[in-house]
Amino acid sequence: MNAVATRDPAAGPRLILTIAAIALLWPGFTLTEFDPSSLVDPRSREAMGRFIATFFPLEIAPDFLRLVFRSTLETLAIATAGMTLALLVAAPLALIVTRTLSMSRLGPGPGFMLGRVARVPARFLLMFFRSIPEVVWALVFVRAVGLGPAAAVLAIGVTYGGMLGKVYSEIFESGETRTASVLLETGSGRLAAFFYGIWPVALPELVSYTVYRWECAVRASVIMGFVGAGGLGQQMELSMRMMNGGEMSTILLVFLLLVLFADMVSAGLRKLTA
Amino acid sequence: MSITLERVSLVHPNGCRAINAVSCTIGVGERVAIIGPSGAGKTTLLRLLATGLRPTSGSIELLGLDPWRLGRRGLRRLRSRIGMVHQAPPIPPRQRAITAVLAGRLGQWPLWKALASLAYPMDIDGATRVLARMEIGDKVFERCDRLSGGQLQRVSVARVLYQQPGLILTDEPVSAMDPSLSNRVIGELNGEAIARGVTLVASLHAVDLALHWFPRIIGMRAGEIVFDLPPVRITDRMLTDLYASESAVPTQDYQPIDVPAAGIRRKPLCY
Repeated sequence: MNAVATRDPAAGPRLILTIAAIALLWPGFTLTEFDPSSLVDPRSREAMGRFIATFFPLEIAPDFLRLVFRSTLETLAIATAGMTLALLVAAPLALIVTRTLSMSRLGPGPGFMLGRVARVPARFLLMFFRSIPEVVWALVFVRAVGLGPAAAVLAIGVTYGGMLGKVYSEIFESGETRTASVLLETGSGRLAAFFYGIWPVALPELVSYTVYRWECAVRASVIMGFVGAGGLGQQMELSMRMMNGGEMSTILLVFLLLVLFADMVSAGLRKLTA
Repeated sequence: MSITLERVSLVHPNGCRAINAVSCTIGVGERVAIIGPSGAGKTTLLRLLATGLRPTSGSIELLGLDPWRLGRRGLRRLRSRIGMVHQAPPIPPRQRAITAVLAGRLGQWPLWKALASLAYPMDIDGATRVLARMEIGDKVFERCDRLSGGQLQRVSVARVLYQQPGLILTDEPVSAMDPSLSNRVIGELNGEAIARGVTLVASLHAVDLALHWFPRIIGMRAGEIVFDLPPVRITDRMLTDLYASESAVPTQDYQPIDVPAAGIRRKPLCY
């Protein structure tokens, strides 16, 4: 029998963790020369104001709007195709990495060490994919497929595949995992245990995270437009280079609408899968 | 032998000894109830028998095989022949009763069949039949989060009936049901075991239920077997000693249990 503690044994570690967290966060602000007073300083306020003033009025010339519409479609296509590719990368890797689906973990049974070792390269691959920014991937792929949206699709596929894979496996492992291990205990295979035990539990989380990532992919395509990957980003780069604030703000408004749209889709799908 | 345990111990990673050198054999077709106060190790023992846990020491044999000497494939095949009803049914809330029941055969079905069954249920008749035996045949397409606790437990029993395992294990399978329903479900499990000649091991909270339905009773306390007897040989004294740490011997409806001097007469089974 273990001795019964009279004081909360978790209090000490909790205090140390809190102090450590503050000690780690503080240098972040000093290193970045963060000084909130400079935001309200009249001179810098005036400079910011002048910059923002150039954004108005919005550019609504029909020719330009038609151009924006075409680029918007292109951006949506980039984001959607990129996400599809990312799903193809992420799903199998996430299934390999997820510990809850390990059959040898029960017991532990035969092949336990092998399973642990096999998960390492998959985990590393996910890390590698997402640790390199999508712009860099885009620059790499531009060399291979030339300037245009295809490079952006590939870049999003790789980077977001890494991110999705990591978060998917974390979603699979959080929440109720007994549903899957119980199925493994009745001799079910990994994939069947996943679809009968984890899928119905994790579905709303998966949907909302995936839609959120799609929204991020829309934004990411802007940066990649800067390196010539097409879409709204390229349009924005042109407007920026010509210092045309009105065009910029029209494009920004489109982004706002796209994010709003993604939000609605996410909410709708969540309700559908609840 | 269906189950052979030889000096099996299980020590949890935190050093807590849940099962202490338990030895026991259970023959094919035997029906055994495990009773004892909470924390006695009933659930741990059942999880050992379900191959969800591996004993720290001692040897275990299930359906003639040592699960921890088998390869991956062999272990999976053995697991598909063992069915366990868990106390808190581990069924995803969004899953429909039919899917939860059909999941009982995932160990026997090839992967394509398991996946195809998600698109369109492969055996609606079979699932309806076992659910009807649990008196919830009308809930086949109901989502599990719309079921009551007792109904969910019956879905989980139905899943094991559908699995048709060679060894049925149940961990307090009727804890959320009223007495008459508990009787029905325990009766149905016993009937299944008799009809198919398979072994049934059930841990039960309500002692009267155990004494009335099972020909063999194992009393557990602090990770050890205290007695292993037919109900007719169990006395009042044994039960009060077994549950000494609790206020009373637990029964359905909290009725005091009456153990006649001549021993407990079991319910007649007409199958």
